[in-house]
Amino acid sequence: MNASWSRFNVTSIVLGFAFLYLPIVLLIVFSFNESKLVTVWGGFSTKWYVSLFHNQGLMDATWVTARVGVISATVATVLGTLAALTLTRYTRFRGRVLFSGMVFAPLVMPEVITGLSLLLLFVAVGLDRGFFTVTLAHITLTMCFVAVVVQSRLVSFDRSLEEAAMDLGATPAKTFFQITLPVILPAIVSGWMLAFTLSLDDLVIASFTSGPGATTLPMKIYSQVRLGVTPEINAACTILIAVVAVGVIIASIANKRREVQRQLDEQAAQRG
Amino acid sequence: MSNIAVADAAAPSAAAKPFLTRLGAGFVNRLVIIVPYLWLLFFFLIPFVIVFKISLSQTAIAMPPYTPVLDFSNGVSGFFARFRDLNFDNYIWLTQDALYFKAYITSLIIAAISTVLTLLVGYPIAYGMARAPATIRPTLLMLVILPFWTSFLIRVYAWIGILKPEGLLNQLLLSLHIINQPLVILNTYTAIFIGIVYSYLPFMVLPLYSSLEKMDYSLIEAAKDLGCPPTAAFWKITFPLSLPGVIAGCLLVFIPAVGEFVIPDLLGGSSTLMIGKTLWNEFFANRDWPVSSAVAVILLLLLTVPIMLFQQAQAKAQEQGK
Amino acid sequence: MKSLGSIRRDFAPWNDPNAKPYIQFDNVTKKFGDFTAVNNLSLTIFEREFFALLGASGCGKSTLLRMLAGFEEPTAGRILLDGQDLRGIPPYRRPVNMMFQSYALFPHMTVENNIAFGLKQEGMPKPDIEKRVAEMLKLVKLEQFAKRKPHQLSGGQRQRVALARSVAKRPKVLLLDEPLGALDKKLREETQFELMDLQQELGLTFVVVTHDQEEAMTMADRIAIMDKGEVMQVATPAEVYEAPASRFVAHFVGNVNMFEGKVAERSANTTRITGATGAQIVVDNAADTSKGADIVFAIRPEKIKVSSKKPADAVNALEGEVYDVAYLGDMTVYHIKLDDGQIVRASALNAARVTEDPLTWNDRAWVSFRPDAGVVLAR
Repeated sequence: MNASWSRFNVTSIVLGFAFLYLPIVLLIVFSFNESKLVTVWGGFSTKWYVSLFHNQGLMDATWVTARVGVISATVATVLGTLAALTLTRYTRFRGRVLFSGMVFAPLVMPEVITGLSLLLLFVAVGLDRGFFTVTLAHITLTMCFVAVVVQSRLVSFDRSLEEAAMDLGATPAKTFFQITLPVILPAIVSGWMLAFTLSLDDLVIASFTSGPGATTLPMKIYSQVRLGVTPEINAACTILIAVVAVGVIIASIANKRREVQRQLDEQAAQRG
Repeated sequence: MSNIAVADAAAPSAAAKPFLTRLGAGFVNRLVIIVPYLWLLFFFLIPFVIVFKISLSQTAIAMPPYTPVLDFSNGVSGFFARFRDLNFDNYIWLTQDALYFKAYITSLIIAAISTVLTLLVGYPIAYGMARAPATIRPTLLMLVILPFWTSFLIRVYAWIGILKPEGLLNQLLLSLHIINQPLVILNTYTAIFIGIVYSYLPFMVLPLYSSLEKMDYSLIEAAKDLGCPPTAAFWKITFPLSLPGVIAGCLLVFIPAVGEFVIPDLLGGSSTLMIGKTLWNEFFANRDWPVSSAVAVILLLLLTVPIMLFQQAQAKAQEQGK
Repeated sequence: MKSLGSIRRDFAPWNDPNAKPYIQFDNVTKKFGDFTAVNNLSLTIFEREFFALLGASGCGKSTLLRMLAGFEEPTAGRILLDGQDLRGIPPYRRPVNMMFQSYALFPHMTVENNIAFGLKQEGMPKPDIEKRVAEMLKLVKLEQFAKRKPHQLSGGQRQRVALARSVAKRPKVLLLDEPLGALDKKLREETQFELMDLQQELGLTFVVVTHDQEEAMTMADRIAIMDKGEVMQVATPAEVYEAPASRFVAHFVGNVNMFEGKVAERSANTTRITGATGAQIVVDNAADTSKGADIVFAIRPEKIKVSSKKPADAVNALEGEVYDVAYLGDMTVYHIKLDDGQIVRASALNAARVTEDPLTWNDRAWVSFRPDAGVVLAR
């Protein structure tokens, strides 16, 4: 392997990651710009962060987004896990093809279509657009992502664990809660995190399905971006990036630690 | 190996069935299927039916701004009486106005070109990652996934500051005396390409990486051993074996890119034309719900084939996972 | 009396017409779609027996075990355990426990909790559970590993946890699916004896599935040899080896030479066979052969003597030349090409350190064997 990790490979990785990260780094750097002009460096300052916290509209939107995110991610995780169980465990039932189609299609469906169709549904059934409808829309979108994440874990799940539990006298319900659920829990947790960030991130579907009083953070940012680039938005974005990055990095370091510990344990077990 | 595997291969469903009949004695069992099924039926499938229905109705100055058709409020006879109200005016309107036709075609072309560009940028990255020492591969993988977790909107927004006429790119190029005049990139199709490639790159790299990483490197060594030079070995061995990843990555980029709204809106400006933006404007600016529904229906029809291809690829991957 | 009996001389309930069968498969068939995994199979297993199901992968042996555990229901036929029909009884209500091929240790539980899992399901009082777990840990010599998780154990230790877990509930029957399959050769041999001791100690009925004939021969009281969902022979290891019921069994267990031929003559005690290529073989009378019948004479390599000169007193002696010689340390294997073209495999124990004038490639050689050295099988 190493022999083939040539200069070409290293170069393409370095350039690729530069492309991926440079815009974000620049955005963060200019959030600390003293100057009002985003693209001209005028010295270091944190004043935009201060003004951010005095921007009531932005604060309200943040609160709405956080609530939508937590509620929709939680419901989506339950539904998505059920959908994943259905996909992996129930290989024969009427309408299975339709079901798997409905799980996979939202992953690639252009957001404008999903957003429009959900809005028309809410209008048709007479639901007032607002916090509730955005949450419903986000559940629908993100449960499919949760389903895919959990499903990929279930596919590699050793079914003999469940058989062993039942063989030892555990009823199917007990088997599910004592064996299956704990074993796939990491996948469920990362499904939740994915659902939460997707909800946090969504502009298009929220724009369609939200109503007055339920403006989410991306909607707020979008309306300000249309008016022009300002360091204040840079600051808001930086905070968002920081929150997500810290979450993801902590999660993956914890994961990595567990993995390393596990490997050490296994090596130790082999020796003695 | 025991014969369980053989039995499974012969009839996977038969092997699973006795387990199911026991798991929760039927009712709970059915609940597991029914709850997500009904949810998706109600919030995913039925909305499309409604979109289709509204695309066939008239615009009205009211709230909601359309005249309903196929309404059951007048009983079944009323339902059938309304059939003559059905009209395809909105679709005829779409064909008569060259703007819509152009928007569909441009969107497909832009999505196709961006997909190819994303593949060209993403392949070397994925290849380099797959050939990296096993110890740093997880870190590289995390670095590719990380931008995906940060907001799409923010990542697109970041490019505005770079591509603006007085933006960072032009400042850099001017100060290096590579150009004398600021380049006009923002509000052109070039900006849209950059935006799509940038935003969708992880979707391309991940499937590519997973198919390249699975590949046994001794295959390349065998090819070389049999007298195949490295470039030929790449095209004859590596690339064909990575095709599932290529296809999955291309579909993951192409389908959403066709209907993309945020990128053409923020980076493309008013002079560029893409169907997602058109739909958005019909809906929010013109408040013409029936026409925007018709736009959505046709967009969906255009994407039917790629979406079905994607589902097949997913189902296949699911099978192989077992 | 010559014997092909059990090693445990006092234990042979299958020869006792009054013995009550403990596990009974009555005309059991199991289909998966179009695939017939088990085909109209009947079998009885006795209490405290160590019973092995031996066969190649896909022969239906695991399906049989899984039907006994309750993971599969027979398509037709019935399974009785201690007189009770098991149909419809879910696995968690059967007095049967299984040790899985993959061990199926719960990865999120400690060794202790893995072993206690089945007892907790029973609702056993906590002090009793603790006592039983300690007892089990002692039995498998893992006392100091109680708090570890499965991934912190070596393969052999995991195997012992799986074993302890499956016997903790004192099941009526213990089912073992390839119990030693994941262990390396040396450990496997040790563990075979441990399993036998354990079975004696606990007085349980063991049903073990294996594809390894040596394993089955070592451990089992009786072996059922399976092929394509059917039982080919049920017998003690010695019977299976020395008196295989069919060509399949003879081939499946150990090495064998086969001479195809016809019964030429039957006298009071002996039968003369004319081989397809003309060789004359005299054997002890086989019960169900008649003159002119097409038969196969099967003989194990170690029953054949190889010599450079024709042995004076041999009833059966065939001439040929040495085609191949393999020195294996404890024995030497010869392939002798007879003058009629057939190749015979013979093995000789290297009882002495040095052999004078050993046979080598292309030497003329004689193979000889006694009339009772092989068996006559239907073709």
